[in-house]
Amino acid sequence: MTSVKVKLKQNDIDKIKEICAAHNYEPGELINVLHQTQEYFGYLPAEIQEVISWELNVSAAKVYGVVTFYSYFTMTPKGRYPVSVCTGTACYVRGAENVLEEIKKQLDLQVGETSDDGKYSLSCLRCVGACGLAPVVLVGDKTYGRVAPDDVKGIIDEYKDKD
Amino acid sequence: MDTIKLTIDQQELEVPAGTTIYHAAKKLGIDIPVLCYMELEDWNIENKPGGCRICVVEVEGRHNLAPSCSTECKDGMVVKTNTPRVMNARRTVMEFILSDHPKDCLTCPKSGSCDLQDMAVRLGVREIPNEDIAEISTYRLDTSPAIIRDIDKCIMCRRCETMCNDVQTVGALSAINRGFESVVTPAFEMNLEASPCTYCGQCVAVCPTAALTEKDYTAEVIRALSDPEKTVIVQTAPAVRAALGEEFGMEAGSLVTGKMVSALRKLGFDKVFDTDFAADLTIIEEGAEILDRLKRSANGDENVRLPILTSCCPGWVNFFEYHFPNLKDIPSSARSPQQMFGSVAKTYFAEKMNVKRENMVVVSVMPCLAKKYESQRDEFKVDNNPDVDYSISTRELAHLMKQANMNLNKLPDEDFDKPLGESTGAGVIFGTTGGVIEAATRTAYELYTGKSLNEKVTFEQLRGWEGIRKAEVDFDGFTLKIGIAHGLGNARKLLEEIEEGKSTYHAIEIMACPGGCIGGGGQPLHHGNASILKKRSEAIYREDAGKKIRKSHENPYIKELYEEYLGEPLGEKAHQLLHTKYFDRSTKRQFKI
Repeated sequence: MTSVKVKLKQNDIDKIKEICAAHNYEPGELINVLHQTQEYFGYLPAEIQEVISWELNVSAAKVYGVVTFYSYFTMTPKGRYPVSVCTGTACYVRGAENVLEEIKKQLDLQVGETSDDGKYSLSCLRCVGACGLAPVVLVGDKTYGRVAPDDVKGIIDEYKDKD
Repeated sequence: MDTIKLTIDQQELEVPAGTTIYHAAKKLGIDIPVLCYMELEDWNIENKPGGCRICVVEVEGRHNLAPSCSTECKDGMVVKTNTPRVMNARRTVMEFILSDHPKDCLTCPKSGSCDLQDMAVRLGVREIPNEDIAEISTYRLDTSPAIIRDIDKCIMCRRCETMCNDVQTVGALSAINRGFESVVTPAFEMNLEASPCTYCGQCVAVCPTAALTEKDYTAEVIRALSDPEKTVIVQTAPAVRAALGEEFGMEAGSLVTGKMVSALRKLGFDKVFDTDFAADLTIIEEGAEILDRLKRSANGDENVRLPILTSCCPGWVNFFEYHFPNLKDIPSSARSPQQMFGSVAKTYFAEKMNVKRENMVVVSVMPCLAKKYESQRDEFKVDNNPDVDYSISTRELAHLMKQANMNLNKLPDEDFDKPLGESTGAGVIFGTTGGVIEAATRTAYELYTGKSLNEKVTFEQLRGWEGIRKAEVDFDGFTLKIGIAHGLGNARKLLEEIEEGKSTYHAIEIMACPGGCIGGGGQPLHHGNASILKKRSEAIYREDAGKKIRKSHENPYIKELYEEYLGEPLGEKAHQLLHTKYFDRSTKRQFKI
C-alpha cells in the first residue's frame, strides 16, 4: 500500500491514546479503533498505526495486516472528493471495470492515488449493499447508480467548479 | 470423556469428542494430504487456518467437501477420503495454488525439500491450466544478514505467523492485502532488519516453500577455502552433530561428531575446532558472574540484579533488546560461545599460529540463523574485521558436503584439532534446553561449595521438555532456584514476572527455539515431527555421558588459555574479549509512549 511519512505531534499521539483508552485498550477493538482514528485524521499513516500497536499491545504487523485487508482503510490522505468504485461481485459483472477505467482516464489517477491538488482520490470498494443499482460509484457520501462509462464525465463535471 | 463413533473409508472407529477428521483418519493409518496444516504435538502448537483446502474429504449428507484438518468428527459421520470427487478437487486446488506461484523450481533454494513441490508430485499435477489468468505478485526480495524473504513464493499457509506470533510472541509477521497480492510480511512491508524480528528462524524452519529461507554463505566459505592466503578455521556448535546425519538419511538422533570432523577436514579447513570449547569458556565466565552476583547479593549489595539470565542465544538477545529493553542489565554480559570462540581464535590462536588477523577466516557451523546476524554485530568486529566471518547452518554444511561429493555415512571418525577443539560434556549439553544451566551448575556448585561432585554431575531436575521449568539445586545448604524457558513465548512469561517484581529465581536459562538449539532454525527440517527433536536431545546427553571430562572448569585447554593469555575470569582481558553489552532496540522510545 502506498503511504506517506508524517511526524506526529504530541497532541496527535494524545488523541490516538484517547481513542484507545475509550476502547479499554482491548486488542479485539482494533478495527473500531482504526475506524475512529481514520475518521479523525482522515487516513492511517504508519506512524499512527505504530502508536495504536503499542497502546493495544497488538503487533504493528497485525495492525498493518488489518489496514491493508479492508479497503475502507487508507494510508494516504483522501481527496476532498473521494471517488470510490464498487467492484463487488454484482457491480463487477455489470461492468464496474469499464467504469473504473473511464474514471482513471478522466481523473488521471490510479487506484489508491490522490490528485496533487488534494481534490480527488480514487479507490475501489467491495459492495455497498446497493447491488440493485449496480454498478455503483460514490463521490464522498453521494451515491450514483447504474453508472455507464459514458456517464462518468457528467458525474465529474458536477465537482469541477467546487473547491 | 465423550467419544464419537464414525466411519472413514468403510472402517469404523471411535475417537474422543473434538477430534478432527484428519486426526481420526491418521489413527486408521490413512494419511490425508495436508499443506497449510502443521502440528508440533509436544508443544501444543497447531496451525490450522483451513485455508489451502488440500485436505478436503467427502462427508455423507454434506453438499460441499470438508477440510479435514479443521472439521470435527460427529457421531455417525460417514467420511470418504479418496473418492474421484475428492481427488479431482485436491488436484484442482493444487493447480490454483500453483497458478500464481513462480516456476523457477530448478534454481529455487527450496528445491528438493519443498512441501509445495512434494504435494504437486503426490497429487499428480501435470499441467497448470489457470496460469494465464493468474497474477504472480511482484514484491521485492528482502535480504537480511540471516533470513531472505522472497514472498512472491508465499502460499499463505500462515505457518510462519503461528510460529512468530503465537509461539515466539515476536510479532514480526502478519498476513497483508487480499487475493493474488496477499502475502505475509513485517509491518508496513519494512525490511526484516527494521522489524522486531529476532532471526530465531522458526518461520524458516516451517515455511513450506522458499518464501522464507536462510541467507546462504556457502559460496563465501568455498571462496575462502580456495584462497591460499587465508587460514580458514571452523567451529561446530553442539546441536549440529546430533542432526547433520538426518540430511544424509540417517535416523534422527544419530551422533555423527567424528564423521562431521573428517568431512570438514576433507573440505579443506585448516583447523577443525569445536564451539563446545567456547561453551566451556562461557561457563567459566558466566559461572563466575553468577557466583559474583550471588555473593554480592548475599552481602546486601542493593545494586545487584537477580535473577541472572543466560546470554548465549542470539535470538533471545535480540528479543529482549527489542521487547524488554528495561531488563537489559539483567542478562549475563558473557558473549555467546560462537563469539567467544571467534575472539579467542583471532587473538590467542592467531598469535600462536603467527597468522595476521586479516588472513584468518573463522567459519561457524550452527543450528541457528540468528548466529548469522550475531556474527555481523558491530560489537564483535575489530577494525571492521568480524571475529566470526561466516556462520553457516547445519543444512548449509550438508549442501556443501554434497557439492563436494561426500557421503557422511561413508566417512571415518576423526577427532577435533587442539587446543580449541577440546571440550567437556558440559560444553556439549549447551545444545539442548536446560543444558547451559546444567553445565553452569556443575561448575558453580564446585566453586561455591568447594566440594567435588565426583561422578554425580547430572542434574535430572533441570532436564525435561516442558516449556517453562523450575528447579532447585542444593548448594550445600544454600538453595539455588533455577528457571528454564525454551521458546520465546515462554521466555516472555518469565520476563513479565521479573518486570512485575514477582520473580524468585536466582538464575534463568532462556533458549529462543522450542527444544533449544537442537530445534534451531538452521537444523534439518523436522516437518512438524517433534519426536525428532527429542531424539536429538537424547543424542546430546549421550555424547555428554561418554565424555571423560564433564565439567567445564576441568578442561585442560581452558586452564591453559587462562594461564597463558586471559588471566582471571572476569578480569580485564577476559572482559575485553569475552563480554559484551546490550542495546535498547525498541521503537517505543521514538514515540515517547
